Amino acid sequence: MPDGRHEPEQAIAGTGMGGTMDLGVDEAEALEKRPGGGGGPGPEGKPRSLWSDAWRDLRRNPVFIVFALVILFLVFISLWPSAITSGSPLTCDLSRAQEGSRSGHPFGFDGQGCDVYTRTVYGARTSVAVGVLATLGVAVLGSVLGALAGFFGGVGDSVLSRITDVFFAIPVVLGGLVLLSVITSNTVWPVIGFIVLLGWPQLSRIARGSVITAKQNDYVQAARALGASNSRLLLRHIAPNAVAPVIVVATIALGTYIALEATLSYLGVGLKPPSVSWGIDISAASPYIRNAPHALLWPSGALAITVLAFIMLGDAVRDALDPKLR
Amino acid sequence: MSDNLTLPAQQGSTGASTETLLKVEGLTKHFPIYGGFPIKRKVGAVQAVDNVDLTVGVGESVGLVGESGCGKSTTGRLITRLLEPTGGRIEYAGQDITHAKRKQLAPVRSEIQMIFQDPYSSLNPRQTVGTIIKSPMEVNGIDPAGGREKRVRELLELVGLNPEHYNRFPHEFSGGQRQRIGVARALALNPKLIVADEPVSALDVSIQAQVVNLLQKVQDELGIAFLFIAHDLAVVRHFSQRVAVMYLGKVVEVGDRDSIYNRPRHPYTHALLSAVPEVAMDDETENRERIRLYGDVPSPIMPPSGCRFRTRCWKAQDKCATDEPPLVQISGNRDGHLTACHFPEDPTTESRGEDVVLDPALKALEESAGKD
Ligand SMILES: Nc1ncnc2c1ncn2[C@@H]1O[C@H](COP(=O)(O)OP(=O)(O)O)[C@@H](O)[C@H]1O
Ligand code: SF4
Ligand SMILES: [Mg+2]
Repeated sequence: MPDGRHEPEQAIAGTGMGGTMDLGVDEAEALEKRPGGGGGPGPEGKPRSLWSDAWRDLRRNPVFIVFALVILFLVFISLWPSAITSGSPLTCDLSRAQEGSRSGHPFGFDGQGCDVYTRTVYGARTSVAVGVLATLGVAVLGSVLGALAGFFGGVGDSVLSRITDVFFAIPVVLGGLVLLSVITSNTVWPVIGFIVLLGWPQLSRIARGSVITAKQNDYVQAARALGASNSRLLLRHIAPNAVAPVIVVATIALGTYIALEATLSYLGVGLKPPSVSWGIDISAASPYIRNAPHALLWPSGALAITVLAFIMLGDAVRDALDPKLR
Repeated sequence: MSDNLTLPAQQGSTGASTETLLKVEGLTKHFPIYGGFPIKRKVGAVQAVDNVDLTVGVGESVGLVGESGCGKSTTGRLITRLLEPTGGRIEYAGQDITHAKRKQLAPVRSEIQMIFQDPYSSLNPRQTVGTIIKSPMEVNGIDPAGGREKRVRELLELVGLNPEHYNRFPHEFSGGQRQRIGVARALALNPKLIVADEPVSALDVSIQAQVVNLLQKVQDELGIAFLFIAHDLAVVRHFSQRVAVMYLGKVVEVGDRDSIYNRPRHPYTHALLSAVPEVAMDDETENRERIRLYGDVPSPIMPPSGCRFRTRCWKAQDKCATDEPPLVQISGNRDGHLTACHFPEDPTTESRGEDVVLDPALKALEESAGKD
């Protein structure tokens, strides 16, 4: 999160109006010249919304397919880890510590004699839970505040902008070390709360900018001229046209939140044993890196693939929603 | 639709022959400019619209013409109350709506509608055409006989689109077709006044005429009054019964169509007219004056003193810098033909022997380029 924060905002600037200009105007213009101007636009068939166009693009994108499958698999094993492993992550046998791969234990054993395969599978649950819940919290808080600030402007907007500036100045890992070290609860909630606390300003900035872009469109003015209320303007006209960048950034952020949870757990302030987390396992395995590299390799690899999957998914969604950027 | 049919305004030279629908007096809009650090404060203002008077009669079509940046859109948005006026008064059907709030405006909203310049930005890309045209009725709780769906189809047919396309999305239509959808949306509430902000200037030339014809048809058949905004005098020529010419936030000349096109008095109107390609008005002489205006409209943040046109006017004298010319009827003008100029031109558009070229430096450049 610390280094990736500003970059997505840059990269998707202008996604608010995703693809509206990219039309077969020439073709339609030719049809228009027919008497009465009643010529049908485009081929006959189902009407195409921008979302369905995006979905059609995504289905044809192999990168999207691969990483979407990875994510589906991760979600599946976090909900039902026992579907692919019969062991328990907490059943360890010190006598087998650091043993390598063998039948029934494909990833070998870690320094405590726990089965690395089982622990890696169960670790997905923590990562996915933290990632998904933190992203939901960040997205709801950030986009509601950002959208309201962008729509109404004025003093509230200035105050919110200054507050987000303050939050951007907080170093994330240092903040985590300080804030989380005083918390004794060993659940995912303090970590999620911390991520939401530091993460919402990024989303609120994206949402604010996106709402300001969408707000300037004449269709918003047209609706206003018809007497539409502010809530109708926001919900019917602005939100649907401003949500794409928020979805993209939130998806990418989800990956970075998973990495952050692992980092905090590695540093001992996130989740602590007996919780199961890739960060804890990486931390525990690093002293034995010479004797048992497999104990480090599997949770690290799982973490890297997971983070990558969400970032690539966000990228693919962004491309599909805004063909102009390609 | 036929129940609110009003007779189109008479094409009168007096302009006062119809009942007034919209009356704008001293309309002013200054956009504040903020600056300064660390605390932002007002450091100036864009004087986008300054003391504009304008009337539109019932069923009348009025053109509002001026170069880009002279405050036409702002005027249109003030009248439709999308912007809050800084000063002046807007009266619609005898009712003061200058500072009316959304709820107070509700009864008037349906009667004043707007058509926008950019057909790409004026339709919500996430809504179907049906939803777009239906929403005016939804917002205002109007249930036409036969249902909203039926009304949408009628409107699509009226504007020359296939009624079966109501569930398509805007991006499936061309620019001209989109503009027709915008017209259908504006008509959905049976308005009495439509402010059309350069409704064709974003369109292909071949399609412009079709859309203007559509608007003309709508105006004739439904008796809707129009304020038709354009950046040149060509587009509004056949459309408008009266024309107001705007320059840098002010109306500099206003009058019936014949006066403006054939007996213009303000130098700026002369310049605009001479920019119209091949204006062959019915009683047109072959020999037309040629005036070329160089440079841009000066900044509305610091408009020139006195007459705002003086920095580009070939007739400017000292008086023009000190005294602002009032918008008055000059002797020889018809009733309702008002001009704001101390030294008006002759009421003719005939050639004057020599072209008027307003920027000597640019003229020299042009000539030397011509020699090469
Ligand atoms: N919301 C705004 N804030 C500040 N300045 C504005 C705003 N809208 C228009 N202006 C300025 O007001 C002037 C008139 O603009 P506009 O009414 O759009 O002119 P036109 O439609 O004749 O081209 C321009 O100088 C423009 O920059
Ligand atoms: S008042 Fe003076 S500067 Fe203005 S248009 Fe007339 S002659 Fe030109
Ligand atoms: Mg304009």
